[in-house]
Amino acid sequence: MNRDTLHILLADNDSTCQYLFSHALKDIKIKTVLHTVDDGFQLMDYLTQAKNRLPNIVFLNYSLPHKDGISCLNEIRRNPKLQNLTTAIYSHSDSDTFLEEAFVNGANVYFKRPYDMDILKSILEHVCNLSWQYTNSGLRKENFMLSLSNIQVSQKSESVLESA
Amino acid sequence: MKLQIKYDIHHACKVILQENLGKLDIPFKTNGLGVELEKELSPSQHQQLESSLKKYGIEIINNPKNAIVQQIKDLITEMVYKDDPIPIKMSAYISDKMNLSYSYLSKIFSDETFTSIENFMILIRIERVKQLIIEEKMTFSEVAWKLNYSSVAHLSNQFKKTTGLTPTLFQKIIERRNQYQEAFNQPDESNNVQPVGFKNS
Repeated sequence: MNRDTLHILLADNDSTCQYLFSHALKDIKIKTVLHTVDDGFQLMDYLTQAKNRLPNIVFLNYSLPHKDGISCLNEIRRNPKLQNLTTAIYSHSDSDTFLEEAFVNGANVYFKRPYDMDILKSILEHVCNLSWQYTNSGLRKENFMLSLSNIQVSQKSESVLESA
Repeated sequence: MKLQIKYDIHHACKVILQENLGKLDIPFKTNGLGVELEKELSPSQHQQLESSLKKYGIEIINNPKNAIVQQIKDLITEMVYKDDPIPIKMSAYISDKMNLSYSYLSKIFSDETFTSIENFMILIRIERVKQLIIEEKMTFSEVAWKLNYSSVAHLSNQFKKTTGLTPTLFQKIIERRNQYQEAFNQPDESNNVQPVGFKNS
């Protein structure tokens, strides 16, 4: 495996969102390969079929059709083969209840989907970056939790991590 | 039954490495951060060692820049996990130990890891905070004292800035995850809940 390329799976039925993700990912420093699916069934099919390469990160919409994001997270976390996946879930709401449910159900990252391309880019860069650190520095994946819903993400994702 | 474990990843790696070198009859000496081989590996020994370590997820680093990065990461982890705080600044400690200038090391680190040494140190420190809260069941003030934060507020701020969550919310999420996990392990008593959580590896 090439440790410098991140394989990303996006689950969202909105074609605009798929387009924005693919464009935003092209502009970040880490090399990525993106694959997209349209709903919860397709997502779980993709992850459980042996012929598919497992992604490093799954980005999924909270309200996916057929099987919602939380149910998918549940299944992912119960499957021992999928324990190393980084899961990032996003919604249109910054409600604290959504956020807490996402993390309790095993999400690593939660964010409110932005409408601004630059903000999306810096969120994706930050998530890819941190996921890379967890994978390549032997950190405990189950303690990996990042909420980007209440943080004002600046253009440079690094500043999110700056010390107080 | 739920088995809680505590481990020292560096110690585990070192023992695995020593055992595998022993099996292949390769002579070595141990030093602070790893093992030193008494002579160069032959290509076939290199290959054998590489494949026997692969199943543990351990890689031999062939690129010298990656080796420097790994040494810096090891030093940072060692500093953060030490019981007695090191009385000098992190930058001075790292450049002293590695005998290279800090600006040179910082540049290599940023080029290879997509982050800076300072941010990496904060990340490791916050991971340590999480571990002390979850595994050692320490209070926030005990953690702040142990990790040399000037106050609980400083610890909370850094935690929030790094993870987007307050330490209190983080703790609550972990407790709820554990409850789900327990409910999942006793399905008879909890027919109506949809229990989940991480499996402990």
